[in-house]
Amino acid sequence: MTELGNSNSRKGKNAGAVIVAVGAVAAAGAVYVANRHREGKRPHDPHDNAPARTRRREFGDYDVVGKTVTINRPRSEIFAFWRDFENLPKFMENIEKIQPTGKNGRNIWTIKAPAGRTVQVETEIVQERENELIAWRSVKGSDIDTEGRVKFRDAPADRGTWVEAIIAYQPPGGAIGKMIAKLFAKEPEVQARRDLKRLKMFLETGEIADGRHQAEKD
Amino acid sequence: MRALTWHGTHDVRVDTVPDPQILNPRDAIIQITSTAICGSDLHLYDGVIPSMQPGDIIGHEFMGEVVEVGPKSTLQEGDRVVVPFTISCGNCYFCGKEQYSACDNSNPVENQDITEKMFGHAVGGLFGYSHMTGGYAGGQAEYARVPFSDVGPIVIPDGLEDEQVLFLSDILPTGWMGAENAEIENGDIVAVWGCGPVGLFAIQSALIMGAEKVIAIDHYPGRLKLAHDLGAETIDFHQTDVREALMEMSGGIGPDAVIDAVGMEAHGFAVDNLLDIAKQKVGVGADRAAALKQAILAVRKGGRISMPGVYGGFTDKFPLGAFMEKGLQLKTGQTHVQRYTKPLLEKIQQGKIDTTFLISHRLPLEEAPKGYENFKNNQNEWTKVVLNP
Repeated sequence: MTELGNSNSRKGKNAGAVIVAVGAVAAAGAVYVANRHREGKRPHDPHDNAPARTRRREFGDYDVVGKTVTINRPRSEIFAFWRDFENLPKFMENIEKIQPTGKNGRNIWTIKAPAGRTVQVETEIVQERENELIAWRSVKGSDIDTEGRVKFRDAPADRGTWVEAIIAYQPPGGAIGKMIAKLFAKEPEVQARRDLKRLKMFLETGEIADGRHQAEKD
Repeated sequence: MRALTWHGTHDVRVDTVPDPQILNPRDAIIQITSTAICGSDLHLYDGVIPSMQPGDIIGHEFMGEVVEVGPKSTLQEGDRVVVPFTISCGNCYFCGKEQYSACDNSNPVENQDITEKMFGHAVGGLFGYSHMTGGYAGGQAEYARVPFSDVGPIVIPDGLEDEQVLFLSDILPTGWMGAENAEIENGDIVAVWGCGPVGLFAIQSALIMGAEKVIAIDHYPGRLKLAHDLGAETIDFHQTDVREALMEMSGGIGPDAVIDAVGMEAHGFAVDNLLDIAKQKVGVGADRAAALKQAILAVRKGGRISMPGVYGGFTDKFPLGAFMEKGLQLKTGQTHVQRYTKPLLEKIQQGKIDTTFLISHRLPLEEAPKGYENFKNNQNEWTKVVLNP
């Protein structure tokens, strides 16, 4: 990973670590964020229907990662599972825990950081449509500026549900940002894919595949 | 427990390792009574499969007795089971289509990265076959942990010996699917490259499926004899020009369907094959596909190619022109074992399929390294090795 905030790579691979880290957090909607922050600056291309995040373009100061996974379960079940934010650490590798603050739609995300430390971000739900969409963003004054959105759509031919998660993240400056970036040196795309596939495993099979032979080993 | 572990090219050892544990609710632990060395284990032995780690327990053909179950397993302690080499969840889209080896949920996410990059999609989990297929410990051991034990293992009724059913784990369904993928029609002439265990079972299956004639191709007299005994005609490719012989043996048309039961380490004299051997030795992942290339040239126009042989990388000089201009089709894949275990068990019980004819050697687990060495270097006599832990 190069220096944090140096957003010169496709899909923000550099600060990605952070993204997913937070990603776990928010993995915020590229499109969402892009629409809000960059309105009018990204001409729509009528010949390309691919999600904007897959294009070879940048999103200003934000790094964006997004993935879609098909889960062979009903939309309402997956929505309910995700809406209970305390479930998310079950499949998001970098999130230690998520606690509701008691205030409506607000949660505190505890993100794993190097040397056993953690970073916290408070988010609020900014948009919600039952069985369709949940969007959240970090509250004002957070160390990490992040937004996330997850969409649920019926997959064709009874294949279950398309779950599309997008997280956008503005790398923080200063020591914290560098620390997080160093920790999550994995590619954010990979991290996002792994998280969503863990979710898929858990909801489809009731468990997450484990290749080990013994709990103690590695 | 004692287990066969991989330490590098041509270096396998029987070591004492920790016993397996139940890690997930649907797991079971099997005490292994019989396990076999597979031809594809030789690819591991030869060091041509990437993502192996020293100490990995290998082996993916095994059966035994259930000794421990997780809370969501449907097996009972004491059940006698054969375990498919493919690990499949039974819940995902692919398992729903009975494409079990394409299971989305059996390969741990961390292990999916390699094949996601290399093949464009992550492959399913397999027992004892490198980390890109999950890093699961294999079955050439005293015990094995079996994930999704409510989906994979088939319970064996009393009255059947281990050797009658052991090969339901891999090579019998693999040979069967190899023949099925050749879409054999009545009166067809089918050519099979490779008279190893999978080729032999493919020959037997093709005849059951109504092939008029099966022509077996190999260069080991011992293996050609086994094919001949099954009812196949044979070609020794060291003695005979294969394409010309196949044309003559099929009325100048060429075989209707061809089966490549050889895979990535094909023997052969062609220059490009020798080049590929060199590349494999320096580890650039080239598949030696001499058998497949020959099969493509030999098969009749509009014919069918089935490829149960294992490949893991890339191949040069693929005869793409012949493939297109002759209007061929190719079907392949790791075996969807769970699709075949029940119907093939019935055929064994009815006496329609013989599974024991190819077993040449039976060894205690402790002598497994000797089994590998001979299965690799003395293929004429060593056609199939069964290990008893």
